Amino acid sequence: MANLAAVVGIGQTKYTTKRGDVSIAGLVREAAANALQDAGLDWDDIEAVIIGKAPDMFEGVIMPESYLTDALGCNGKPMLRVHTAGSVGGSTALVAASHVQSGTFKRVLTVAFEKQSESNAMWALSTPQPFSVHLNAGAGGYFAPIIREYMRRSEAPYDVGIKVAVKDRLHGARNPLAHLQKPDITMQEVEDSFMLWDPLRFLEACPSSDGACAMVIASEDLAEQSPKPPAWIRGVAMRSEPTMYAGRDEVSPQAGRDCAADVYQQAGITDPRRDLDCAEVYVPFSWYEPMWLENLGFAPEGEGWKLTMEGATSLDEGGDIPWNPSGGVLCSNPIGASGMIRFAEAARQVRGDAGAHQVEGAKLALGHAYGGGAQFFSMWVVGSEKS
Amino acid sequence: MQQIAIVAYQQTDCVSWAGATNEVELIMPVLRRVFDQVGLANAQDVDFVCSGSCDYLQGAAFAFVAGVDALGAVPPIKESHVEMDAAWALYESMLKIRMGHAKSALVYGFGKSSPGELPIVLSQQLDPYYLAPQWVDTISLAAMQARLMLDQGLITERDMAEVVARSRSNALNNPHAQLSGDISVDELLAQETYVSPLRKSDCPPVSDGASAVIICTVEQAVEWGVPYAIISGIDHRIESHNLAMRDLTDSVSTRQAAQVAGMADGHVDVAELYAPFSHQEIILTRALGLGEDTQVNPSGGVLAGNLMMASGLSRIGEVFNRITSGEARRGIAHATSGPCLQHNLVTVVESA
Repeated sequence: MANLAAVVGIGQTKYTTKRGDVSIAGLVREAAANALQDAGLDWDDIEAVIIGKAPDMFEGVIMPESYLTDALGCNGKPMLRVHTAGSVGGSTALVAASHVQSGTFKRVLTVAFEKQSESNAMWALSTPQPFSVHLNAGAGGYFAPIIREYMRRSEAPYDVGIKVAVKDRLHGARNPLAHLQKPDITMQEVEDSFMLWDPLRFLEACPSSDGACAMVIASEDLAEQSPKPPAWIRGVAMRSEPTMYAGRDEVSPQAGRDCAADVYQQAGITDPRRDLDCAEVYVPFSWYEPMWLENLGFAPEGEGWKLTMEGATSLDEGGDIPWNPSGGVLCSNPIGASGMIRFAEAARQVRGDAGAHQVEGAKLALGHAYGGGAQFFSMWVVGSEKS
Repeated sequence: MQQIAIVAYQQTDCVSWAGATNEVELIMPVLRRVFDQVGLANAQDVDFVCSGSCDYLQGAAFAFVAGVDALGAVPPIKESHVEMDAAWALYESMLKIRMGHAKSALVYGFGKSSPGELPIVLSQQLDPYYLAPQWVDTISLAAMQARLMLDQGLITERDMAEVVARSRSNALNNPHAQLSGDISVDELLAQETYVSPLRKSDCPPVSDGASAVIICTVEQAVEWGVPYAIISGIDHRIESHNLAMRDLTDSVSTRQAAQVAGMADGHVDVAELYAPFSHQEIILTRALGLGEDTQVNPSGGVLAGNLMMASGLSRIGEVFNRITSGEARRGIAHATSGPCLQHNLVTVVESA
């Protein structure tokens, strides 16, 4: 049986297009220092550091943990570097949690980051490979046809994505750390923005951000002594499947469904829409909200878009199951950190510490990340109570 | 701490050029052999899979994603990846087993270093603002480290050549080695220096290949009914990236890791050390306090074949082989990462 563990400190940077004022080391240290401050701890209180980021080519630094150890106070300690594509921020949090849940460590620091202004992510994602079909389209071009297939199957109205784009930006306007600040955004403005990868318009896509997110994860006894309420880790799950195989459902991947079932079972969740108070879900392109609503069991197949259109996922419309109250990936996207931000924001909600984007009385929240060709999934459920 | 068993280890031959073989083709045969060693059908028969690889060796973002194609991950599996040597993937897998979320795990590492100029590629591992722009390659950094040791009188070039001669001769018994042979210390010393004071023979060859290990709970190993060895301790520690801030003639983090892993709790019959350069084997042997009664690198070590991202895992596998064959009762395996032995992992393996 896994030992109980909890998030006792959370730190983030302000997400923005380019943090020219800090180095990569400065960026991760800022998030880590914020997390330590939030936890009322110092560098010496940390036993190990678990770091994650998306491909090294994004910044052009191979295995950057070697260089970042000094900035993260890790000298003389264990340091582990996780890389699981876009889900890495979530996976890194899970690997960090396993350091404590296994009983091996009492308190660890985990950090995920991306400083996308240092390089060109579009290029890094599209380097041609021998013996492979060359995709020159980046992530949006990869996912657009899958979204088209969802629209065809579900017969969803054309403006569901537009609605998500507006909703998440209005959420983001409540979050001072969010990269995009668009408090006055309208459906018309999103619809009028230029078509990027049909059916995805410019304002239906995530930005490219610099940023880092950090958490301190502690054992049960230490978490009970922490000055602020802990977010207890109630379930953890990961799943992977190949990019392509005969019969693969790319619209609602089996790996996502299995991962959700696993994490719900651990957390005692039978009806996610009813049992959870909110969710931070990796939605980099607008249409992934209705798609993941179905994949994660919040709505029956083909009906996820109805929740979106009814306002069920909107904080501003008083929805019963707010999705991405922080503004989500559509507002801030330092790729390697985006998954951890979801996990950390879920924890902020159940700690009652989410400021203007707090979901009132949130007690149980889902953090979700996915990556690759929607084939790598990582999820956790955090709660204000231990069980 | 819960004891965990190693039940299988396989490695490809270390080859200087794997030709048109892609990563999946490198991995699949070694996975087949490691499954067969336990009698498993495929990755569906273990609870967790974790791999280690480096995008820059292949020159592709998400290079490890292709590795999933070698696993038969349908239905989906519990799987993770470290951008580190696969010895750290084994470490992550052990945490997963200890927390009760898996009883068994497949761990594999792979690298195809031949398409690039590995020492130059790895220069981009350095501090991106102050060091990487100078493109200091790994051999030059190691040469500075060796020079420091020579100048301080800590080693002689003959000591370094003795490490190489022993590696080559030990490797005669390792069918996967890339470099082996009977060569005398004097013959080695007669060779020209490459990056002074290093001769080519003091440096590891560039190798393509993969290795894989299966670990599990002791109960699972007994149930499978296969020979197994016990991992009684494992730990890793990192040091400052700033080379000027470290004593490069010592390896403090290796000693720390060995202490936490419990190396001193018994006799060390065998040690497999990930020492890419001859003088580094001496640093590690001294840092660990290994004496004449410990056999060091009976496989030939990585001077005989260096599978980037898999060599650390292979060290653990080599000790496992010595123990299950009855040649040793207790041994340690070491893995390293970063320039000049910056980050080190020590595993203690014992007979069941």
